[in-house]
Amino acid sequence: MHKLMIVDDSNIIRNRIQRAYDSGQFMLVATATSGVSALEKFNTHRPNVITMDLTMPEMDGLECIEKIIAIDPEVRILVVSALSDKATGIEALSLGASGFLCKPFSEEELVEALYELVQD
Amino acid sequence: MKEQKLQVFVDIISNYFGLFGEDELVVDTPYLLENKQPQVHDYTGVIGISGAKKGVVYFTATTPLLSRILDSMGESDQGEDNLIDLTGEVANTISGNARKEFGSMFHISVPIVFKGAPQSIILPKNERSFIIPVTWQHQLGEIVVCLQD
Repeated sequence: MHKLMIVDDSNIIRNRIQRAYDSGQFMLVATATSGVSALEKFNTHRPNVITMDLTMPEMDGLECIEKIIAIDPEVRILVVSALSDKATGIEALSLGASGFLCKPFSEEELVEALYELVQD
Repeated sequence: MKEQKLQVFVDIISNYFGLFGEDELVVDTPYLLENKQPQVHDYTGVIGISGAKKGVVYFTATTPLLSRILDSMGESDQGEDNLIDLTGEVANTISGNARKEFGSMFHISVPIVFKGAPQSIILPKNERSFIIPVTWQHQLGEIVVCLQD
């Protein structure tokens, strides 16, 4: 069972992600609305799979990815963001993210991205 | 901003609503706002743009339009918090997706969302503002784009 943390400042997006994943494979251990909160909850709950928004108050997603990967390089992070330029995708992956899903997304796209994340 | 770039925003908003099934988004003819305050509907999400371009992008919508979007997302809670959240999320998605065209130096702020009509919305001086009216399931919204060339 994968321990999942959802990081997004939008309640609607957090709910959409919660409704989409298979509870037989993922167990939600935490949600967070900012990078600062995500970092605190990561240290408490130690999820091995994270969905991460990028545009958030306090600490943005890219900085949060860098800090989480520094603690645990094995964690799988799926970036879920509206920032659709190539440079942002490359930066996120170079910081240690494992996948990138661009908003807006369908439920099917989200489920596929989550499963790809934990395939290997 | 030149008129040709408006198509970027038309494509983004059409793609957004395209995820919600068969009801097609109707994009009316965009028009130029000159020396007037922009119209706002019930909820408005404003994104500040900085970096290579400066200006604002905002999305304004009626409550029924937002409610129908929430319905399509499977979101049963249509309280004010979620209407505000959705307005900000749509504004953020429109602006964020525009970086595919304008690049990573098109910096976007976190959205500021307000309900109702403010006394005024400050748009950058000496820049033209384009209004893109949209209708979905007979409900109204608008995207307002005001960017430096």
